[in-house]
Amino acid sequence: MNIELQDIYTQAILSMAALVGLTSFLMLGQSRLLRLIFVFAFQGLLLTMTTMVAAYSTDNQHLYISAVLTLALKVVFIPWMLRREVLKMNLHRDIQALSNQTTLMLGGASLMVFSYYVLHPIVQTTSPVMLNALAVSLSVVLLGMLLMISHRQAIAHVVGFMSIENGLFFAAIVATNGMPMVVELGVAFDVLVAAVLFGIFFFHIRTSIDSLDVDLLNRLHEVDEQGARHDKNRSAVINPHTADYEVNR
Amino acid sequence: MIAAYLVLVIPFLGIILFALSGHKTDTGRINIRLNAVTLLATLWLAVNVLDAGTLLSANKAILVDSFNVYLIVLTAFVGLTTSIFSSPYMAHEKELGKLTDQRLKLYYSMYQGFMLAMYLVLTTNNMGVMWVAMEGATLATVLLVSLYRTPESIEAAWKYFILCGVGIAQALFGTILLYYAAAQLGDIGDDALLWSVLYQQAANLNPEILKIAFVFLLIGYGTKIGLVPLHNWLPDAHSEGPTPMSAILSGLLLNDALYAVVRNKMLVDGATHSPIAGHLMMGFGLLSFLVGALFLHRQKDIKRLFSYSSIEHMGLMTFAFGIGGPMATFAALLHMTVHSLTKSAIFVTVGHAAQVAGTQNMSKIRGLIKTQPRIGWGLLIGTIAIAGFPPFGVFTSEFLVLLATMHSYPWLTLPLLLGIGIAFAGLFRHIQPMVYGDKPEGQMPVKANLLPVMIHLGLVLWLGLAIPGFLANWFSQATLLISGSTPL
Repeated sequence: MNIELQDIYTQAILSMAALVGLTSFLMLGQSRLLRLIFVFAFQGLLLTMTTMVAAYSTDNQHLYISAVLTLALKVVFIPWMLRREVLKMNLHRDIQALSNQTTLMLGGASLMVFSYYVLHPIVQTTSPVMLNALAVSLSVVLLGMLLMISHRQAIAHVVGFMSIENGLFFAAIVATNGMPMVVELGVAFDVLVAAVLFGIFFFHIRTSIDSLDVDLLNRLHEVDEQGARHDKNRSAVINPHTADYEVNR
Repeated sequence: MIAAYLVLVIPFLGIILFALSGHKTDTGRINIRLNAVTLLATLWLAVNVLDAGTLLSANKAILVDSFNVYLIVLTAFVGLTTSIFSSPYMAHEKELGKLTDQRLKLYYSMYQGFMLAMYLVLTTNNMGVMWVAMEGATLATVLLVSLYRTPESIEAAWKYFILCGVGIAQALFGTILLYYAAAQLGDIGDDALLWSVLYQQAANLNPEILKIAFVFLLIGYGTKIGLVPLHNWLPDAHSEGPTPMSAILSGLLLNDALYAVVRNKMLVDGATHSPIAGHLMMGFGLLSFLVGALFLHRQKDIKRLFSYSSIEHMGLMTFAFGIGGPMATFAALLHMTVHSLTKSAIFVTVGHAAQVAGTQNMSKIRGLIKTQPRIGWGLLIGTIAIAGFPPFGVFTSEFLVLLATMHSYPWLTLPLLLGIGIAFAGLFRHIQPMVYGDKPEGQMPVKANLLPVMIHLGLVLWLGLAIPGFLANWFSQATLLISGSTPL
């Protein structure tokens, strides 16, 4: 595939795919929550732009609506909500030490290669451009999961969750010029409700364990030893962050 | 067609009604009535489908055929009986001071919200809307899992939310790939996600893309079915949420997620002409079946025990749909019905048993038959039914699955039999000391309505002794639709 031979729309989509993939990696290596949220908002902006480009080039009216919805939800509302939460919990000074960043990045890179490998069979039937776009969206989904595994703050989990949603949205825009309107509206509604529920959950988690560190949510186990674990948890709750972070640093 | 719309409109009105009116003493009774009216609407719908065959609405948004119509009736039925149970149960929980009016308002409106999501999953013809409704069901129930606001329940709800949310995102990716494959066929535009269109065009869809799509769809909806290794949310959500929630999650949500997988499998089978989708389902199903059976032995909490039993049975159904022949499909359809009826009956009984003993810890629940015979016997009979004893319906369906396995994959009969044996032992080692024996001091009977349990178990018994003609006919038609031929 020679990129100069493609039309301008395809070139734009490919650059957007590259940028979206890049933002996922940036999020993965981010140890400060406010920056993480900023990068997430930026990814949302890239999505909005992709949608606008697709809407313009295919002259598809309903994609403009999706673009506005994405802008409102993923660039404004969700980042604003998360940022407010971070400031309220005073988490913006914390640096969450990621235990082995190199491994994490290598893991992320291999996930990207894996996405190309998984989707390679479809290259026989479609253009290589489509393969790139779909593989990048799948890797954004997988990188979002990796982000959730590697970070311990509930806020980072929400960012991971929403960035998975971004990856899916990108796939829908690029591969099929958007899903049918009713489905897009439904998905946007689900995302909105999910965001509101996350807000409610932050409140509940905070009141119950006095922290947003999900590692402290560890009461439910397969094995018994209930009593022992509860005692351990109690001591952990008294000292939610400091001790752990010292060790990791 | 009006019936199909009614089925969707009534729960929707229910949400608004409960959200606006707030909790009053008779909210529970109104909930029962709403569910009863919906059940009537679904019966009307069923009669229509029985007369006229497959119904497709004019705008092609709703499709009701022999496969989903009986699931719709089942959903409405379990929804009704669970609401009959839930009314006094929730009132009792409120007396104990565990719940406030505000939370009960949330509970009742989300009960209807969950029912709406379930009906939408079942009736919609659009695979994208199916996904949206499935996610909607998670969103509706997630706050109900944390209804008691204990640290454990909040943890369970968080886990449920994150795992199911991330899991089901995979299904959306699968759906996008499906749409992508359909869009390649040319100019079908917005119809490209309609199941009825896709099913006609299945042979022309690109098999490579559909194979990849099915993996994502199975993982995604499989999270909701509770397939191992994606099952972690299930025991937590079932054990920490209020018991009526556990009953409808186990009885309805898992079934409907499996329904979504099977709908997709029908498309993939049509496109690939290879058993790959079936083999994937068999693998995941068998693994879930065995792991679920083994984990039964290690449980301490009575609701966790039965949620592992659900994982085991869902695994068996997934396995049976995976085999895919007419007999296996028939057995899986029957098993969906009897499992759903039996399991929701058991959760109802378990809820009362836990109220009697004041705990869900099995080592503290003792002497149920002596304290309150009806609950004790209900639990014992329910367990016998779910363990697959004759003459109950679960026996019939498990026996048919075994026969089908012997026919198609003889060497898989051994792990199946082994799993059934292990599960049986796992259930009875826990249940026996709970129902027999002396009652602990101070254990008092509670006000319990066991009518739903008796109706459910009675139906399961009936299905085990003789499947009524119209139902057998339905199952056969559905089997014909799914597997391409009839069982008998």
